[in-house]
Amino acid sequence: MLTLLPKTMNHSETEVEKVPVLTEDDDPTTSTDEDVPWIVLVWNDPINLMSYVTHVLQKLFGYSTEKATQLMLDVHNKGRAVVSNGTREKAELDVFRLHEYGLWATMQKDS
Amino acid sequence: MACGQLCRKTREMLFDRRFRVKRNGNVEIKIAEDELLLLANLIEQLRELILSTASEGEVDPSLKRLYPAAYVDDARHEVQYQRLMRDQLLERRLSHLDVIETTLNDHELDQETLNCWIMSINDLRLVLGTHLDVSEEEEPNFLEDDDPQQHQSAIYHYLSHLLGELVEVADK
Repeated sequence: MLTLLPKTMNHSETEVEKVPVLTEDDDPTTSTDEDVPWIVLVWNDPINLMSYVTHVLQKLFGYSTEKATQLMLDVHNKGRAVVSNGTREKAELDVFRLHEYGLWATMQKDS
Repeated sequence: MACGQLCRKTREMLFDRRFRVKRNGNVEIKIAEDELLLLANLIEQLRELILSTASEGEVDPSLKRLYPAAYVDDARHEVQYQRLMRDQLLERRLSHLDVIETTLNDHELDQETLNCWIMSINDLRLVLGTHLDVSEEEEPNFLEDDDPQQHQSAIYHYLSHLLGELVEVADK
């Protein structure tokens, strides 16, 4: 049987994906106030299917088809979208659930 | 994001609609024997790959999409997140693989089981897609027969179509 998945990876084959660099506009507040709301972002990536991203956003957040589709299109066209917000704990749980589904999600303080 | 559109050649690989929602909410599935063998093989390989990097600090580059960073600008919280959540993510992924493996030959899936299938098949796409370094808007690219990545590319596009079918039936 052919080896269909790589057992070991040659590091030169795929560049390590860079963490998105935030521009000045994106720079979140430096406040240490834990009450500052956090936002959860989903970033565009070349692998996840558009229908899959819409499906996940509906499934995890209970969004309507219309809202989930709009968020997916924002991710696709603008590179990212804010998909949820809340306390740090809530944002972290949302990020974890998105990571479980394989979406490229990050969190940061709302600016 | 990949649009999931298929080229003619991919279409020819495919079949009539194979998934149907039943009145009880479960999904009836019809998958060919050779596809089941392929999926079983891929599931086993993904499990080995995930377990092989379980206890290591560094994640295998082909698995990096399975364990993304959560905090882009907060190193202290990011370290905590990876320490607390990576093992949980790993366990979830392994449990989804267990579910798809044990139900692979079933002809009817409940929605929860279907969801495990969807997540595992997407995990396979993430690993293969990262390895193949697929890019945005790329049409399915069938390589020359002697290209060593030809099989992986064909499998990646097969999994993309299968996932599209499963998501479509799950959304009904």
